[in-house]
Amino acid sequence: MNIMNDQKMILAQALLDGDTPSWGQPQRQAARERFLKLGAPMRRDEYWRYTDPSKFNQPLAPIEAAVVDPEVGDSGFGETEALTLVFVNGRLRSDLSDAIDIPGLEVTRLADGIEGSWAAEKLGALEVAGQEPVARPYAALNAALAVDGLAIRVTGDVPKPIHFRYLAEGADRAVYVRHVIDLAPEAALTVLESGAGGERFNAVIEVDIGDKATFRRKRLQNEAGADQVITHLFARLGEESALRSFTLTGVAGASKLVRNEAMIWLEGDEGSAHIAGGVMGDAKAHLDNTVFIVHDALNCESRQVFKNVLADEARGVFQGKILVKEGAQKTDGYQISQSVLLGERAEFDVKPELEIYADDVACSHGSTSGALDETAMFYLRSRGVSQDVAERLLVEAFIEEAIQEIDEEGPQAEALREAMRGHVAAWMSDRTT
Amino acid sequence: MNMEKGTRMAALDQVTVKDGVEEETVEKVRSLGEKYKYGFETDIETEYAPKGLNEDIVRLISEKKNEPEWLLEWRLEAFERWKAMPEPEWAMVSFPPIDYQEQYYYAQPKSFKEKPKSLDEVDPELLRTYEKLGIPLREQMILAGVEGAKNMAPAEGRADGRKVAVDAVFDSVSVGTTFQAELKKSGVIFCSISEAVQEHPELVKQYLGSVISNRDNKYATLNAAVFSDGSFVYIPKGVRCPMELSTYFRINAENTGQFERTLIIAEEGSYVSYLEGCTAPMRDENQLHAACVELIALDDAEIKYSTVQNWYPGDENGKGGIYNFVTKRAECRGKNSKVSWTQVETGSAITWKYPSCVLKGENSQGEFYSIAIANNAQQADTGTKMIHLGKNTKSRIVSKGISAGRAQNTYRGQVSMHPKATNSRNFTQCDSLLIGSNCGAHTVPYIEVKNNTSRVEHEATTSKVDEDQLFYCRSRGLDEEQAVALVVNGFCKEVLQELPMEFAVEAQKLVAISLEGSVG
Repeated sequence: MNIMNDQKMILAQALLDGDTPSWGQPQRQAARERFLKLGAPMRRDEYWRYTDPSKFNQPLAPIEAAVVDPEVGDSGFGETEALTLVFVNGRLRSDLSDAIDIPGLEVTRLADGIEGSWAAEKLGALEVAGQEPVARPYAALNAALAVDGLAIRVTGDVPKPIHFRYLAEGADRAVYVRHVIDLAPEAALTVLESGAGGERFNAVIEVDIGDKATFRRKRLQNEAGADQVITHLFARLGEESALRSFTLTGVAGASKLVRNEAMIWLEGDEGSAHIAGGVMGDAKAHLDNTVFIVHDALNCESRQVFKNVLADEARGVFQGKILVKEGAQKTDGYQISQSVLLGERAEFDVKPELEIYADDVACSHGSTSGALDETAMFYLRSRGVSQDVAERLLVEAFIEEAIQEIDEEGPQAEALREAMRGHVAAWMSDRTT
Repeated sequence: MNMEKGTRMAALDQVTVKDGVEEETVEKVRSLGEKYKYGFETDIETEYAPKGLNEDIVRLISEKKNEPEWLLEWRLEAFERWKAMPEPEWAMVSFPPIDYQEQYYYAQPKSFKEKPKSLDEVDPELLRTYEKLGIPLREQMILAGVEGAKNMAPAEGRADGRKVAVDAVFDSVSVGTTFQAELKKSGVIFCSISEAVQEHPELVKQYLGSVISNRDNKYATLNAAVFSDGSFVYIPKGVRCPMELSTYFRINAENTGQFERTLIIAEEGSYVSYLEGCTAPMRDENQLHAACVELIALDDAEIKYSTVQNWYPGDENGKGGIYNFVTKRAECRGKNSKVSWTQVETGSAITWKYPSCVLKGENSQGEFYSIAIANNAQQADTGTKMIHLGKNTKSRIVSKGISAGRAQNTYRGQVSMHPKATNSRNFTQCDSLLIGSNCGAHTVPYIEVKNNTSRVEHEATTSKVDEDQLFYCRSRGLDEEQAVALVVNGFCKEVLQELPMEFAVEAQKLVAISLEGSVG
């Protein structure tokens, strides 16, 4: 055991090597210590049972600022109107971004310093809490090494989504970026995210959702770029507040290693948290979604919906846990994780966990795995639909159940859903078999 | 309470005879009045091996059993390994570290110094113990060698004349095995494992440790080093075992661990149904029970293994009780073979038990039906593993967990479809029920699918006892406790149905008794 701890510390030490920016020194120092104490994850850790972290543990220097600007292409979110904030090599580039001038929305750059601001207190707070009961060391590593990020404070209902776009130039380095978001009571914000620069992309969002506030996040993980992606979402929900998160993951032909973790606390009565994902893997991609939801208040609802399509030799992983604390009565916890295995050598590993200490609850989880439904396929083929088209139709219908989790009303949501469908269709035609 | 044959069978009769209801009510009331009915201690002179665990103890046990050299070597190898092995720490149970040197590893009634040649020579006090435990009376008659047992036919309540052969294990020794002669006629071997080592060494050598190696986990390895007795079953090719086989395990001696080892081999085309029951006296200290059960099913063979586990659970405050740390595993080696595990787990302070199936043979099947009830301060971490290795293999898991009091109840299971296990199927359903707001119900399944022609389906739910159902029962005049027992029995129905008849009746009552004091 001690030998293992020593190894973890040695690996952690190596990952911390390199220069770090000067802002946020006290937080940074605390994070360094935290990371060293936790140590780097290892395969033997239960939480890393299905995803080998050794790639993440290879030391990789933090990326320098870009010399040449990368091209800013299509947004990926179709006709969705958004204010774009561009990060190049982990650093906010105001010159490439939209100006933000919306009442009730205050955006400051972490690299400009956080001393004395509200962010100084909030930065890292949820991440520290999220180290229990399961350690999430790479989030601490992010806190120690992040070069930039945003502190966002929302006091009103922000009408337009803000879009974080992560670009990079020079692919052999690690990019660390983090954001801290605070939603005042009754505030609302939608964040779009896309892109992943560098060789290894490590992003953390901490969001504190006040009473009756709503935070939505739609994320695209479908661009070429970083071979290794590791992200964390830490969210605390107040009374009657809502969290909606949707992620579409999958780059055709790229053997990426992705680990997305979400740690959610429902701390106010009648809160609601939905985490959904559409996951498409081919080649030797390894795509892991790990969700931990803590119910610690009355009448809360949580929902996890993950749909995985796995072709070729791809491996999908889903670890989802619902923890209902003592006294969190009238909890409604739901979770479903499903996969369609298109490739003979594709693999799907699931650990859906329930840990429940309150009796007046209704919690359930379901998981299925298998090939495409033969009867449905037969029906389509008998109607003269070619194998390829039939497969595409069935896969699109399967992922659609995750896309439907984008549940807001209005044309904006339909534009988002339509954009997602487009990415699924593109993946289906480009994937390796 | 004496679960005597008479009463028991009367209860059984009610399944068909309507006017027996009254008697059942009487019995129910009587049983509800007592907490743990098997908590008595048999006052019998016991001979112990010296306290503690070392190589000499391992040698001593082997010597007592007059074992061949290879078996001693196997034990010693296990013991060496055991010393360096870590305790498994992943289960959701907590207990102070076990002091392995503070207990006895071998205890036998003094009267066994010279092993009784026949059951007539068995100490009557021992036989009375089994009578008190409710081992069916007729077998008692046979155990005691009384002629005319057949005259007891009405009490049997079995019109079809079905028989149950019993191997009774008391602390570290087998007291006796019934119906051996009759079983022999059909070629079935049913005896204690110590006897099997003497009489059928080639079979024991071939199969012992072939499913659970002596390096599997800390408790299984400990068992390999110090196992004292247990049952051995061999069903020859093409034989359908003419009666149910059963083993009754009783811990009596203080500070003594029980380490039994059971080995069942079903040859090509054979069938056997095996039942297992267990109880222990009420004591303030915890006692360790670390058993190993290995099942081997060859081509077209089927083994049905049912357990009603009712070890002493400790008192309401969690004092005392058995640590039930058991490794049970079946290998479906042959094509079309089938193994079915059914368990009703109501006893033990801590249960750590995962009866599993390794599905090697093509078209083989594994089943796991479980009811686990944890009340008061009990902790249960139980479930199964279905490892699919062969083509077209099927498995089914139905688990019902009930938590009450301050108990923690965890289902932990693994379903694994290996790349070559093409066209395989799994269905898993695990439901948890919570009674009261101080207990916990947890579900920890692992699902691994490594080929795309197999289908895996998993469903789990956790909820409280349905208010509408309770209200309905209450409005029909049942008191709260009866209503809960009825609803819980309904919740468990799918599993209870899998049990052999006489076990099912007993298990239903056990469900009610185990939940006693959990409401109100």
